[in-house]
Amino acid sequence: MLDRPPFPRPPERVLFMATCLCDAFFDEAAKASVEVLEGLGIEVVIPQAQTCCGQPAFNGGDWKSSRAVVRHTLEVFAGDDPIIVPSGSCGAMMFHGAPLEFEKEKDLDLVKQTGARTWEIFDFLYRGLGIREWTGSWKGKIAVHSSCHTRGTGTPEAIRSLLGTIEGLELVDFAEPEQCCGFGGTFSVAFPNISRNMGTLKIGNVLETQPDLLVSGDMSCLMHLKGLAEKSGRSLPAKHAIELLRDTMNESSLSYVLANH
Amino acid sequence: MSSQIIDQFAADLDGEVRTSVRSGSAAGTDKRHKVLFEDFPEADRMRELAGKVKQHTLDHLDKYLEQAEAALKANGAKVHFAWDAKAACDEVEAILRQSNAKTVTKSKSMVSEEVGLNDSLAERGFDVVETDLGEFILQLDGDHPSHVVKPIIHKNRSEIARTFEKHGLGEYNDEPETITRRARQFMRKKYLQAEATITGANFVSAESGRMCVVTNEGNSRFGLAGSRVHIALVGIEKIVPRDIDLSLLLNLLGRSATGQALTVYTEFIAGPKAEGAVSGPEEFHVVFVNNRRTEVLASNCREILRCIRCGACMNVCPVYRQASGHAYRSVYPGPLGAVLSPLLAGAEGFPELADLPKASSLCGACNEVCPVDIPIPDLLLKLRDRGKQEHNAQAAADTPPMGAWAWVAQSPALWRASLKSANMLNLLPYEKIPFGPLGRWTRDRTLPAWRGGKFRSWAKNRKKAAK
Ligand code: SF4
Repeated sequence: MLDRPPFPRPPERVLFMATCLCDAFFDEAAKASVEVLEGLGIEVVIPQAQTCCGQPAFNGGDWKSSRAVVRHTLEVFAGDDPIIVPSGSCGAMMFHGAPLEFEKEKDLDLVKQTGARTWEIFDFLYRGLGIREWTGSWKGKIAVHSSCHTRGTGTPEAIRSLLGTIEGLELVDFAEPEQCCGFGGTFSVAFPNISRNMGTLKIGNVLETQPDLLVSGDMSCLMHLKGLAEKSGRSLPAKHAIELLRDTMNESSLSYVLANH
Repeated sequence: MSSQIIDQFAADLDGEVRTSVRSGSAAGTDKRHKVLFEDFPEADRMRELAGKVKQHTLDHLDKYLEQAEAALKANGAKVHFAWDAKAACDEVEAILRQSNAKTVTKSKSMVSEEVGLNDSLAERGFDVVETDLGEFILQLDGDHPSHVVKPIIHKNRSEIARTFEKHGLGEYNDEPETITRRARQFMRKKYLQAEATITGANFVSAESGRMCVVTNEGNSRFGLAGSRVHIALVGIEKIVPRDIDLSLLLNLLGRSATGQALTVYTEFIAGPKAEGAVSGPEEFHVVFVNNRRTEVLASNCREILRCIRCGACMNVCPVYRQASGHAYRSVYPGPLGAVLSPLLAGAEGFPELADLPKASSLCGACNEVCPVDIPIPDLLLKLRDRGKQEHNAQAAADTPPMGAWAWVAQSPALWRASLKSANMLNLLPYEKIPFGPLGRWTRDRTLPAWRGGKFRSWAKNRKKAAK
């Protein structure tokens, strides 16, 4: 986890990294992120030239290809503004993965600086802006899947804390929460059998608690889990956790935040 | 359906074995967590400290190795160095011949498995008996070691009973007490008969030359009591600078390995039998084994040498839990093995094992539990990169190539165009889409509807509307 101090006052402007998955499949999660940030009075800039954080090639072992993509991303997100991303895994790519694959490269410093400006959105709200309450209301049981890339970061705590303050919303705990859902990017393609078994175990544990909705800070895990469940004839309603914040956002939920800065 | 070797192995795995591996390792993880954090609320800081101690030792290994050698010699030990596997076996054979030893008891030592000591000694006419119960069963079965802490995690008691029956250790009986009693009877004779005993070492203190061996069955202690000669086979990375470091590492080792505060037997061996002592070997030999460890030390994955072989990373690993230790085709299984085995295989052996670093979803659980804080996922990634650079076919199998993707991802216009044009995919049934990996994905999963470009046009439209 990046150890960095909270913002003394909310930044006026942030750059938004939509992630390739949201770009391709989950526009709702990206929209919700923008709306929440804007609701907080922050200007959100969405660079049109953005593509991907480089993670697929990084995890797949093709670091050369990955570095080329990262270099493009560095250019697109140049500047001093914080970069907000609705994915723990893309966030980790920016502040952990990229510095690793750039260890011997000349632009390592730039990579590190860019990583240091990058925030997973919940970590940004909770630790960065110091928001501790979200006063909307939502009726139902929510299971939270902590994605592996948010292990050891502030995100799981942030998601649970913020959702926990929503009126009527009940957080339910399922068994073996620390176990991976089995996605792992190219892993799920190269190791289809193990990946499926891992996901099936996770789905079993989640469904046991009969939640109304499964949420996470990473759409990739949810895509994998939802896809597996559907193919085996089960229904697993799932969304990005930020969509819940957006759906429950109202004047009073925002006034707390604004009053505190 | 083609897939990586480990995935295929997991798919073919006997259901019973899979259940025992999964439940055994999950129980191990739970126990570790409970005991460690109950006793040490700041266990994570201990892990970090232990990692630093081990890394410091590795960074100055030449100095500490020299110190350890001197201290051991001062204690009356004979110190030998073995450059590779063959040299290690030769060295042990020479010591055994010199002291006229024929029957040898052995307590668990992973490095002896690594250099193939048992087979080598058997070929050269020695009678070698594994004395850890689990190891003994493996030896009877002619099974390959695929474990670090629980050698027979993959076997249930009826299998064990059948093995005993087959090897003339009594009629079929699967009661654990009976199995243990029979093994004990057999081994007692061997302990009395053996002229020499071989052990590993969990740690060697460079300060005092004290060697630390932990077991739960006391088998190393029995071996030492009956033999004239003790040979310890020790990987050079097992050294720690001071005696006091042992307190930290032993506290972490037992808890991480088996959820015990301390293993039942924790022996400190400072030298051969002291004058006036009732039992113990008259000769104490320490064979420091290199076997490519200096090569690993020079690589970008040197942190793996901090490993204290606790097995916590295997127990917590979801891939290991599905696949079992044998899937890793080498002495060291699980995440630790996925890093260490290809490295120890050297340049010639690497291509054979280059798929191991791929066998991980990079979930990070292994790093989280590792008592010496090894960044295992990072090391797996570095080895993937190496596999790619060396054009390794085994590593590349079933991973979609990334070149074309990277090319598109560097061109915003192309990227946006492909996002939009891929919307056509929604009209096609998956089977018709000419992209292999997609087929593998959708065999077990549905794919959400492609909505490329929707977010961007939403963002653009509202900007226009606002103006
Ligand atoms: S890598 Fe760490 S967790 Fe795994 S066996 Fe070694 S010390 Fe234990």
